[in-house]
Amino acid sequence: MPSADILPMRRSAPDFAGQFSAALLTPDAPAPDLVTGPRGKRAEKRYNVYRNNVTVSLIAALSSIFPAVERITGADFFRAMARFHVRETPPSSPLLFEYGRDFPDFIDRYEYAQDMPWLSDVARIERAWLDAYHAADAPALKPEALAAIPPEDLGAVTFQPHPSTRLIASAYPAVTIFAMNRGDGPVGRVENRPEEGLITRIDDEVTVRHLPPGGAAFLGALLSGECLAAAVAAGLEAEPAFDLSGMIGEMIAAHAFSTIRAFSHVEMEIFNVEHA
Amino acid sequence: MANVSMTNNLPMETESILRFPTFSLAGQAGTSFKPEHLAAISAVSGPQGFFEVHAENYMGAGGPPHRALERVRRDHPISLHGVCMSLGGPQPLDKDHLKRFKTLVDHYEPALVSEHLAWSTHVDTYLNDLLPLPYTATTLAHVCDHVDQMQNAIGRPILLENPSTYVLFAESSMSETDFIREISRRTGCGLLLDINNVFVSATNHGFSALEYLRDFPLSGVGEIHLAGHAEQEDDEGELLLIDSHDGPVADAVWQLYEIVVARCGPIPTLIEWDSKIPDWPVLRAEALAAQAILDRHASDRETFHALG
Repeated sequence: MPSADILPMRRSAPDFAGQFSAALLTPDAPAPDLVTGPRGKRAEKRYNVYRNNVTVSLIAALSSIFPAVERITGADFFRAMARFHVRETPPSSPLLFEYGRDFPDFIDRYEYAQDMPWLSDVARIERAWLDAYHAADAPALKPEALAAIPPEDLGAVTFQPHPSTRLIASAYPAVTIFAMNRGDGPVGRVENRPEEGLITRIDDEVTVRHLPPGGAAFLGALLSGECLAAAVAAGLEAEPAFDLSGMIGEMIAAHAFSTIRAFSHVEMEIFNVEHA
Repeated sequence: MANVSMTNNLPMETESILRFPTFSLAGQAGTSFKPEHLAAISAVSGPQGFFEVHAENYMGAGGPPHRALERVRRDHPISLHGVCMSLGGPQPLDKDHLKRFKTLVDHYEPALVSEHLAWSTHVDTYLNDLLPLPYTATTLAHVCDHVDQMQNAIGRPILLENPSTYVLFAESSMSETDFIREISRRTGCGLLLDINNVFVSATNHGFSALEYLRDFPLSGVGEIHLAGHAEQEDDEGELLLIDSHDGPVADAVWQLYEIVVARCGPIPTLIEWDSKIPDWPVLRAEALAAQAILDRHASDRETFHALG
């Protein structure tokens, strides 16, 4: 019996997938030697069908995740940019709705997008939009839940975010640009200022709201599990005229949270909103 | 003591078991389910055949896709069609993906579950296409292991679909039909016969589609796929067919279909249409054309096997 290290390599070694896939995302590489047409015919064009399927379908996936970015750049610019990204960072999950998480950072580095510094934040909003769309179902906090808490316990209340809730802070008017380009309505001039956006899902509808000053600091604190008093302090630090009651109304209307938890000195209660 | 406390949680179990009605899809024609058709499907009273969905599109945690599929599943049988398990690849299956697949099967209780004789993931790159494999003793062993693993994970047999291919592998030592027959024999899986794929591969590789069908283990077929294809040229300028799912079923494919149904009886048949998707009535009309053929052969049951 020969020892393992002098056995010849089998021609049908399990590496066919390695050889076949190596040239798929490399446009100039020849078709791998292991494939052929019938009766030994050449297979360059035949192999290219697979190469084309892979690249074109992944570009199409990015196009469906980032329609506002595509509308802003135009289809040709978008396809060229997406093709670079697909080759550099193909998906690592078979779930294509998870793809494109690295695309905003790629846009930041993309040479031809440098005169659109806000474009990556528009992409971040679109990526968050799709996360909200597929997020787990959960009840939304009802206004009565907060009203039921004794005033002296309000400051210690913490909030459980709805699984769809995302927050985006941009140094540019990315929320306005997103809203203007997500559909096919008219576009116009946009005042250049920082914007913060709240992405949530109300029943089955994903919504993107433009937050008032201090809103993102306040909601960011609540989303990270801080109590209401700490979140108010964060909101006021960001914006001295922070409108707390307006913001609470807005976040409840947006279905940003699912449940609240109130700590009193005698008991801990969880207010589940579904049956409140 | 234990007996007394054990009975308390039973109602929850019963509720989850009875979530969706059980429908038979014997002798029925169905269509790919596209969310843009939901309103049109719901507007028509009565069942509209069966619906097939790509499993991966419903692997998100929640949200609108699940509402749409639950709505369809309430009134129709569904077929859960996986497109990226990568059964044909040499590497081990993705355990997370197996778990997600099982969750879907448990939740939606599909009438059929199917996957492809193809691969789509290499190392950790998902290539989003149904890629071909050589047919050898080694690849056969891998595919059988993978089919076993998937069937064990979801707790029921799958239907394995024959591929459409554009290239051949010099190292292949078995015919595709022998390869598929052997997988079915070793793993007990059923088969999904895609007649458009047979026609596409036969044209691309210069063999007879009829002979392929004669060699195919038809007694194991639990579902048939029909779809449209597109035309290109190969390296010598000869016709190369592309499995594009973007148009009506070709006449030649309808003819092969009629031959198969005449021989095997009314096997559940799906019209696949995945891009350039038409309005619902156009897609439904293709399914009704298949239904007419199924109905014509409704009594030809001598070799018909109800799988699952």
